[in-house]
Amino acid sequence: MNLVDSLRNALAGKQLLREEIPFEMVDSPLISKRPGILFDKKGRAQCNRCGNSDKELLAEFPCARCGKKCVYCRACIMMGRVSKCTPLYGWNGEMQEIVATPLEWNGSLSDGQKVASDRVVGAISHNEELLVWAVCGAGKTELLFNGIEVAFASGKRVCIATPRTDVVLELTPRLQTVFPSIQIASLYGGADDRHQFSPITITTTHQLLRFYHAFDVMIVDEVDAFPYSVDPILQYAVRNARKADSSLIYLTATPSQKWQRDCRGGERNFVTIPARFHRHELPVPEFVWCGNWGKVANKGRLPSKLQKWIEQRLLAGTPMLVFVPTVAWMAKILTLIQAIDDRVESVHAEDIDRKEKVLRIRKKEIPLLITTTILERGVTFPGLDVAVLGSENRIFTESALVQIAGRVGRSADKPFGNVTFFHNGRTQAMEKAKGQVVMMNKEAKAKGLID
Amino acid sequence: MRCLYCGEGIIPAIGWGKLFSREEEVLLCDHCTKQLVPIEGECCVRCSRPFDGLAEEFRKGEFCYDCVRWEEDKEWTVILEHNISLYVYNDFLKGVISRYKFRGDYVLSKFLCKGLKKLVKEYDLLVPIPLSIERLYERGFNQAEALIVESGYTPTVLLKRTHTEKQSKKSREERILLSNIFKIASEEEFVGKKVLLVDDIYTTGSTLLHAAKLLKRQGALSVSSFTVARG
Repeated sequence: MNLVDSLRNALAGKQLLREEIPFEMVDSPLISKRPGILFDKKGRAQCNRCGNSDKELLAEFPCARCGKKCVYCRACIMMGRVSKCTPLYGWNGEMQEIVATPLEWNGSLSDGQKVASDRVVGAISHNEELLVWAVCGAGKTELLFNGIEVAFASGKRVCIATPRTDVVLELTPRLQTVFPSIQIASLYGGADDRHQFSPITITTTHQLLRFYHAFDVMIVDEVDAFPYSVDPILQYAVRNARKADSSLIYLTATPSQKWQRDCRGGERNFVTIPARFHRHELPVPEFVWCGNWGKVANKGRLPSKLQKWIEQRLLAGTPMLVFVPTVAWMAKILTLIQAIDDRVESVHAEDIDRKEKVLRIRKKEIPLLITTTILERGVTFPGLDVAVLGSENRIFTESALVQIAGRVGRSADKPFGNVTFFHNGRTQAMEKAKGQVVMMNKEAKAKGLID
Repeated sequence: MRCLYCGEGIIPAIGWGKLFSREEEVLLCDHCTKQLVPIEGECCVRCSRPFDGLAEEFRKGEFCYDCVRWEEDKEWTVILEHNISLYVYNDFLKGVISRYKFRGDYVLSKFLCKGLKKLVKEYDLLVPIPLSIERLYERGFNQAEALIVESGYTPTVLLKRTHTEKQSKKSREERILLSNIFKIASEEEFVGKKVLLVDDIYTTGSTLLHAAKLLKRQGALSVSSFTVARG
């Protein structure tokens, strides 16, 4: 590879700081420079990389480079400092060509996946926006395959972005297997594929901050997941990384209230997959009132209904996840359940043994894991039952509850399971979560997607 | 108002005390403040290394073993009078300092410099440990100098680096061997004066000792140091 090629690979579709470029820099018409900080007519600053214009997150410092008071952005500083005197480097020349790459996959799509897959192909061909609302366990990855193949065939560069590193790590090998002839770029904090050009990039939404007008196809997985859903910078990053003419595909099992309304009102182009690939109904959450469970727990007892629920499953050897509202409650409830069975463990967000504990419950070495909402996505194992204690708590939003319920009955061997919300008063979120599951089951039946 | 480090909102406590006294501006939220652990209780009288949690064999009376080793070496005896460190270099502070100097989040100096103000009166000159020209360009500011500036005083840039390699990649022995890391860079008179060197971290002390040695040899009355963290 010559210097121009490696420079192009590093810079095409990017917006990089000088420190991020692993080459001697030369002045060349092929290398573009955009200002790091923009100022509007009134002199208000905005970060040109992450779009932040919050005054509290734009600070000044005496800069040794330009010798002046220099404005810098604090919102995206974890990716390196963008300041008034630092340009964002990009590429002015031709982009690398994307060549047609055949999909090598022998599997088949379920009827529900087929419908969505066709819509994805349509959206990609016509540069449209589309929301794929697929229930947990519908098989979201497979329905992208055809669309991606079509994109490559028409010379389009693809990006799959997700708020969660776990998802990047999970998707990369799956796509690599079905497109074996290309090298997938997989980006997350600490990954080293950074300067590699690929027809398909799988990345965390954070890493998109380094891209500028790069992709013809932007697929955002789990749009509703933290922190993407609450962070305007990440939403800006997605917009900024797309080309002006490009398609945008959102994947989620739990769209926000607003998006659901938009769908119903016909203001958003969407397609649903209301059934799982194994053609069985989604388990509908049961509500069990257990009064002021906090008071009971503080007195050193488990709510009797929850205790019974657990004991039955311990006898039957059914693995369980019990969700509680806070880390503080997790510790208390843990000791109470350990009194029944001392193999019970808890797992929380900062737990370094998180992966290991999940593995042990899969192997049935642990019969029950207590957790906060961190396991609401991604983690699942065959034959699982789920309880939520204190489901009335604000932390259990509609989408969190749908995701939690979605852990159950995922595998084709064991497509059933129990989801119970133990509560002290029904909330709207609980009702809506249940309503969403019931609605999806009804739709699936009507469309003949479940047996 | 938001926490300068984590960005969470801070709800100021309101009371008569707040109304009638001029209290310091709150910069960090409670959660972050709690993780910033001040060096209290017993610590090495020379370098501020906390004795809490330190094995007995690394301690000799009021000194830590590192300082004993420095003082036993004739060449280094009574070079650095005293190092004052404010906080334990725990994971939280590691995160803060890394964002401050490696990512370059300058405004964090506003709370990192807090303890410096109280010390200033006792010294004649505040001297930041310098960066090499390359490093300074890369970071955009000198993290030690910024601490002095943000506490409202004027730094005296007395020193200059003679070479460019990174300190943090070297072992203790290598650092000690390097004889002339610094040279005098200014006409400023420091003979007979009390100098306070300023840096972000005291790890082995070698950087500060080299600077101190040069200044002492050339006539400074005494050299002490201030560092935010004791590594």
